Amino acid sequence: MSESRQYELVYIVAPETGEQELTDLHAQIEAIVARFEGRIDNTEQWGRRKLAYEIGRHREGIYVLDLMTGPGDMIKELDRRLKVIDQVIRHMVVRVDEEMRIAERRRAGREAAVAARRVARGLPAEATAETGETASQPAEGSHE
Amino acid sequence: MSEERGRGGRGGGRDRGDRERGGQRRSFFRRGRVCKFCVDKIDHISYKDVRLLAPFIPERGKIQPRRISGTCAAHQRKLQTAIKRARQIALIPYVTD
Repeated sequence: MSESRQYELVYIVAPETGEQELTDLHAQIEAIVARFEGRIDNTEQWGRRKLAYEIGRHREGIYVLDLMTGPGDMIKELDRRLKVIDQVIRHMVVRVDEEMRIAERRRAGREAAVAARRVARGLPAEATAETGETASQPAEGSHE
Repeated sequence: MSEERGRGGRGGGRDRGDRERGGQRRSFFRRGRVCKFCVDKIDHISYKDVRLLAPFIPERGKIQPRRISGTCAAHQRKLQTAIKRARQIALIPYVTD
């Protein structure tokens, strides 16, 4: 029922937050993710950054980015929890799997088109330095 | 991006005769006639990449219209969401004055 999807969570922590609190906070997130049987694929710490505008009384914040996979309910819960935690001054979740899939498809489509064009000109499908290579013929009408 | 053409008078743009309708407008924005994202083959415009978005946000902080930047419709839509997301997490200002 609950489909697994990939999300990106960015949250901004108040700059005065200590290293320890930061790890605790992340442990909380990990716990929620684990509870919903999701997984964190990647974590990036952007560190302290100047905010483009003031949030509350803050001018700076510590940015953390998490790439995670899990069901929508997990995000719902994360969202709810992050709203409550005071140290987190802003957070945002974006679903990324769909976008990545579209981007990937477009890239593949373009590459196929390039290959087709090269074949039409009588060149090998792959752009290689040497020209005498045997052409590996790609599928016909590889536009779609 | 918004480099001003200080070329005066009419017929100023030899290479852009079709743009000159009234012939009265003195200064042009240099129009990127082609979509930057199509040229660079960027399929996914991420809100995290501020340096990619920056050229499309003039001083005021507004999103630069397509007619000026030359971005294609599909990429402008993606750019729009990317900018709006970046604003939400304070990477880009909503307004600057």
